[in-house]
Amino acid sequence: MIELKQINKSFGDKHVLQDVSVTFKKGRPNLIIGASGSGKSVLMKCMVGLMQPDSGEVLYEGKDFTTISYEDKKLIRREIGMLFQGGALFDSLTVEQNIMFPLNMFTEMSKEEKHDRINFCLNRVNMQNVNKLLPSEISGGMKKRVGIARAIAMNPKYLFCDEPNSGLDPITSRVIDSLILEITEEYDMTTVINTHDMKTVFDIGDHIIYIYQGKKAWDGGKDGITTADSDALQEFVKASVF
Amino acid sequence: MFTRPERFAIYYQRTMMEMVSIGIGSLPIVAIISLFIGGVTTLQIAYQLVTGLVPSSIIGSIVSDSTILEFAPTITCLVLSGRVGSSIASEIGTMKVSEQIDALEVMGINSSGFLALPKITAALFVFPLLIMLAMGLSIWGGMMIGDLAEILPSEAFIRGARSSFRGFTVTFSLIKSVVYAFIITSISCYQGYYTTGGALEVGTSSTRAVVYSSVMVLFADYLLAQLLL
Repeated sequence: MIELKQINKSFGDKHVLQDVSVTFKKGRPNLIIGASGSGKSVLMKCMVGLMQPDSGEVLYEGKDFTTISYEDKKLIRREIGMLFQGGALFDSLTVEQNIMFPLNMFTEMSKEEKHDRINFCLNRVNMQNVNKLLPSEISGGMKKRVGIARAIAMNPKYLFCDEPNSGLDPITSRVIDSLILEITEEYDMTTVINTHDMKTVFDIGDHIIYIYQGKKAWDGGKDGITTADSDALQEFVKASVF
Repeated sequence: MFTRPERFAIYYQRTMMEMVSIGIGSLPIVAIISLFIGGVTTLQIAYQLVTGLVPSSIIGSIVSDSTILEFAPTITCLVLSGRVGSSIASEIGTMKVSEQIDALEVMGINSSGFLALPKITAALFVFPLLIMLAMGLSIWGGMMIGDLAEILPSEAFIRGARSSFRGFTVTFSLIKSVVYAFIITSISCYQGYYTTGGALEVGTSSTRAVVYSSVMVLFADYLLAQLLL
């Protein structure tokens, strides 16, 4: 379980996050939604340790990620898988080498075991015969799927997805959404997804956090989103749907 | 940056790859520059020494001394700061803006160490080898041009070079090359690592890496000469 308590983050005079407190559910996709510039990406970066919040706690199973030592942080990070907006695949490595990378760094697996794991992960994201291709030789949707394959290679407990559908066509977006949902349920992961795609929200949004001007403005499920008592959220939903 | 590697074998493998990239990749440019510097130095010294009072073998002495002390290490490293420095800064800068460095960090890898350490280590080993090659080729180039242009025979060139040779100049040159290697790679890694923005900023970081490392190489050149000679 991941818990955020009173997270604050400022850049100069600009208060980007203000007292954000959330508990993310295990085994379900947790969606952070909000307009561009609302602070959702900063919130995710604070959660995975790419940014240090000014104050507040980021708790992984009760351990405060913001105050533990660098070595302890590394241990938690090995349980984190992350899908970046652009895939963030290593340009100089093939698809296979990208997925093998965390296995090489942190496991004692034999070559055969690594190849089995790579093929399993690629099959899991419905990709075959791409092992030897470079990231520059595959499409945006394929990059995202390879990104997911790399993220799950180490069997993470926590999966973070930053705008998984950005730049993708609607059909590929739905494929990625259902893939994330399936993987989350199958491996009982705590999945946190940053998105402003309302189709994703209505498809897989079991737990939704709406961030408005750096504050948590609403927290609930997809069923309650259209009747939520937040004007900003209603405006956001209407603008996205209609 | 200088923390214990997560997996030594992978760092070793990356260092070897960087050695090939920096070393083998720089061979053609180092060879061309060295040959021309040696040849042109011979021609220019011969032009200045028109009097018959000075023996022509002095050309070999001046060419070899100036090559070993200054041209081979400093000029070669200034060129390498362009070739290697810009390549390092743009590679790491691109990784930064495309979130590849964030991906390393999220995996629990010390990204600065993982990216910079193999490059710096590789350069510390490879630069002295390139500089020794540059010394040899430059002196050979000077000797060949002296012979082909009928300025002085090879025997006289070698006699002059041997007469003024002091072993410490080679040591001094190799010390310089190690210092320059560290300056060029560390500045370039730093510039790349702290790139923010997009493609334009990657270009700016690359330019800054070359300019800063070139200036620092010249500053270190002066400092080392003052301290060690």
